[in-house]
Amino acid sequence: MNAIERASPALAAKSDAKQNLEVADNQVTVGQSFTDAPKMTMRNVNVFYDDKQAIHDVSVDISKNEVIAMIGPSGCGKSTFLRSLNRMNDTVESCRVEGEICMDGENLYAPKLDVVELRARVGMVFQKPNPFPKSIYDNVAYGPKIHGLADTRVDLDEIVENSLRKASLWEEVKERLHQSGTGLSGGQQQRLCIARAIAVSPEVILMDEPCSALDPIATAKIEELIEELSQNFTIAIVTHSMQQAARVSHRTAYFHLGRLIEVNPTEQVFTMPEHELTEAYITGRFG
Amino acid sequence: MQATNILILILGLGLFAFYLGRGRSLAVAKPLGGIRHIHSLPSYYGAHVALWCALPSLLLLGLWMIFDDLLINSIVLKSLVAGGISTNAVGDGLLLNKVANLAEGVLPRKGEAPAMVAAADLMLRLQVISRWSLTALMLTLSLIGFGWSWSRISSTFRARPRVEKVMEKLLLTCACVAIFTTLGIVLSVLFESIQFFRSVPIDDFVFGLDWSPQTAIREDQVGSSGSFGAVPLFVGTLLISAVAMFVAVPVGLMSAIYLAEYASKTVRSYAKPALEVLAGIPTVVYGFFAALTVAPFLRDLGASFGLSVSSESALAAGGVMGVMIIPFISSLADDVITAVPQSMRDGSLAMGATKSETVRNVIIPAALPGIVGGIMLAVSRAIGETMIVVMAAGMAAKLTANPLDSVTTVTVQIVTLLTGDQEFDSPKTLAAFALGLMLFVVTLMLNIFALQIVKKYREQYD
Repeated sequence: MNAIERASPALAAKSDAKQNLEVADNQVTVGQSFTDAPKMTMRNVNVFYDDKQAIHDVSVDISKNEVIAMIGPSGCGKSTFLRSLNRMNDTVESCRVEGEICMDGENLYAPKLDVVELRARVGMVFQKPNPFPKSIYDNVAYGPKIHGLADTRVDLDEIVENSLRKASLWEEVKERLHQSGTGLSGGQQQRLCIARAIAVSPEVILMDEPCSALDPIATAKIEELIEELSQNFTIAIVTHSMQQAARVSHRTAYFHLGRLIEVNPTEQVFTMPEHELTEAYITGRFG
Repeated sequence: MQATNILILILGLGLFAFYLGRGRSLAVAKPLGGIRHIHSLPSYYGAHVALWCALPSLLLLGLWMIFDDLLINSIVLKSLVAGGISTNAVGDGLLLNKVANLAEGVLPRKGEAPAMVAAADLMLRLQVISRWSLTALMLTLSLIGFGWSWSRISSTFRARPRVEKVMEKLLLTCACVAIFTTLGIVLSVLFESIQFFRSVPIDDFVFGLDWSPQTAIREDQVGSSGSFGAVPLFVGTLLISAVAMFVAVPVGLMSAIYLAEYASKTVRSYAKPALEVLAGIPTVVYGFFAALTVAPFLRDLGASFGLSVSSESALAAGGVMGVMIIPFISSLADDVITAVPQSMRDGSLAMGATKSETVRNVIIPAALPGIVGGIMLAVSRAIGETMIVVMAAGMAAKLTANPLDSVTTVTVQIVTLLTGDQEFDSPKTLAAFALGLMLFVVTLMLNIFALQIVKKYREQYD
């Protein structure tokens, strides 16, 4: 296991450290996975790439207007899990999802469900800023246009302005709305992508390591933004930075080798983790 | 010795020199404790010796082949003049040809003027001298080059940068060959065209509406001077190209989109090569397909609708040409569409766009420069295509925009003007060059125009 080879000397102190990092097949999630008024519920979710299983039996709730962070070492399946929440995994031919993922009690993998509608309700922001090679205005107007959210040009202008304001980008770009979105800085591009996502008024926003390609200042801005957005949206964020999870999220879920190890309020995860694997990860013994 | 033999000999010597040079550098390296103690790898020393051995003499060979004929000819001419045979500017070439034929024994020597026979002998002698002195010179140069570079091999000699430099020059030379060939073609066409424009005014040619290049051979024949208005030909070319693009662009583009975005891996792996088979069919086969199958079919079809379709129609030729061009567009467009980053697709799909909305709004704009490039390539191909049009579109230079009529194209007229026995001083033949020049200018302008479009609409993504 690569993680062990790179572990700090502190690990050597634990005589049975190696066994500790293995995950039992009957591993159950510890902590508070379930909530009273869930927005999304996942039950016994398994995800496969061909025969390889990437996610093992994950059950968790996401409640309304909460920010839930998903942390874990590389390759633990947190991005795969996130992408199965708005069926972006459909684009991967070999990917297969089992179990139940519901939003407001409606199964997202039901045959009659309209993926287009689902993705309008569950938006997504990616690791690398990916604005379309269009103007800033057109980037934000993209979603409203394809979903027919604006009847007139005035409506559309309003949606664009509101979204850019919510993404705290308006002041920086209002003079150059018709210049290319790819000409912005990395942090601005990512906020543009957030504005694009919220322009269709989704209920849930998925963020897949949204700050990993940004510098600290741009990161701080995005984190601030996430906090503001949590008033109106439910946010699930995958992150590699534990500090970021600690700063922005209400609850934190720790993934390890495709299994969900622990879900608890963020404060508790970072001060008194229930599971020893979580503790090993957040104290930097591997990862 | 023959030039080819010398060439082979020199190349052999070069190879030999490579091994000698490499061996010597190894020998130099050994007492020092291995090849890491000499400046360059042994193969560089070998290459350096080989280059010095072969390159100078090859250069000499090139120069010699250019200049020895000139020299020999001028000496022979002088001897002819001295022998009392009158030459004038026009007859020089003919006279020398005759002498060369005499020398090679193609023409019988009997009955020729003694001065001519003497000149033929002189030519033969000079050629032998030239060949042997060339051989001797080249071998000497090779040996000198070899000896000199061989003696320079030492542990501090910097062979690698030198060889690298020669490599760069070699590559540059190859690039220049392409450029100079283009230049040569343009110039040769240009000079012939200038000749043509001496007898036909340039505005008659460019703006004239009537094309009938048959000039009378004798003064007293009817039909007189012919008329050289190129407009009908260009209209015909554009008409057929337009029909072809009308078929090829939508079909090619859409099949590319299907292959790149929708098709599963297995379908793609069969469909793509199958489409590319179309590109491998010889144009002459397309030609008789158009002439024998498509054109009569269209004529009958038209008849059943009460339309009169010519049995050689622009529609038949253009349609078949379009089919021929499909693989160009589809394979180029497929490449650029596949090159659009996955993150663009993800971004659009995550917004709730359908696949076709993603293709329309994101993929196509991002891939546009490549797609336009492919289309322009296809247009050039359509304009230059000859065989299908010769067989299926007819020869009649009509000024019409009706695709059901028969038309002719620039390339077809060039072919008809230049096939068979021709005299190279009549405007009828020279017109071919003028047409070629104009075609070249038109395609050049098309390409520049396309580049501008691409630059303007290019959407940057990273």
